[in-house]
Amino acid sequence: MIERSYEKYFRQNHLPHLWCPGCGNGIAMKAIVQAIEKKPGFTQDNTVIVSGIGCSSRASGYMNFDTLHTAHGRAIPFATGIKLARPDLNVIVITGDGDCTAIGGNHFIHGCRRNVDLTVVLFNNNIYGMTGGQASPTTPVGKKATTAPYGSVDRTFDACKLAQAAGATYVARSTAYHVPHLVNMIAGGLDNKGFSFIEALVQCPTAYGRKNRMGSPANMMMWMRDNAVMKAAWDKLPDEKKTGEKFPIGLFYSQSDIDYDTAYDEVIERAGGAKK
Amino acid sequence: MKSDISIKMARCKGCGICVAFCPKQVLALDELGKVRVVNGEACIACGQCELRCPDFAIFVDRVKEAAK
Repeated sequence: MIERSYEKYFRQNHLPHLWCPGCGNGIAMKAIVQAIEKKPGFTQDNTVIVSGIGCSSRASGYMNFDTLHTAHGRAIPFATGIKLARPDLNVIVITGDGDCTAIGGNHFIHGCRRNVDLTVVLFNNNIYGMTGGQASPTTPVGKKATTAPYGSVDRTFDACKLAQAAGATYVARSTAYHVPHLVNMIAGGLDNKGFSFIEALVQCPTAYGRKNRMGSPANMMMWMRDNAVMKAAWDKLPDEKKTGEKFPIGLFYSQSDIDYDTAYDEVIERAGGAKK
Repeated sequence: MKSDISIKMARCKGCGICVAFCPKQVLALDELGKVRVVNGEACIACGQCELRCPDFAIFVDRVKEAAK
């Protein structure tokens, strides 16, 4: 066997990872390192991985870069700090649906608004997995969780629409089933100078899948295969066919705009320039 | 044999994703619940198992068939 080239990006002494059997987080984590591998400008010395708290955020511990495991919901502020202090570094944020859209919701929208040059990858498993399966802001209406035994009442966040409305300049979604597509979406985000947001749908067979009788991890991935619609096809789909659990994937929004570091440099110039 | 299937057994958690997505029923879970190659001859080296393995435990390399 030829050892895979992405293995050098993992901390070998920390594997196997602690995620449950069949958890999609491992697939998304591999997609991130494969996207990094595609970019010659990204090395282990100039790339920083920042994560918050939750199942997804354990990923930073397995990745062989300079990594930062921060406070719950606060990955984006820490990452903004890194980017302001060292604009030459590439900063990637790994976060989960609870971390990013619940406790870190405000940090998320303001990160988007400032257009900080970060790549944020949200592992969306539709539930709080680590703490015992409570309903998260992305738990679909009617789906069960330990805090919603008769189905969730709260309407869900569409994290991609939220990011776009808040000012992110690259917004995409993919799933753990569509691995090469997910790698491409993340790679596109790494290229964008500005706030890039990629939502990766991942399966949680232990908390979400079991509670909602979705079957094995493979069955949950087949659900993604059957319900995800590429954006080009989604746009042509008449409204009456956008029913059930169908959802769009692909690149939703991409626009170049001034990023936060550049804007800040301009302010420094206007104020008389930095002391040399 | 068109392919060389390698498994890092220490990483496998037996989730069964590779077994379910294999189009040729090459793989199965053994009595310990870990993945095992049961029909290696049928493998077409499509790499579906490697692509979606969440534990980076299975690897498929295409092997050129020996000239006859």
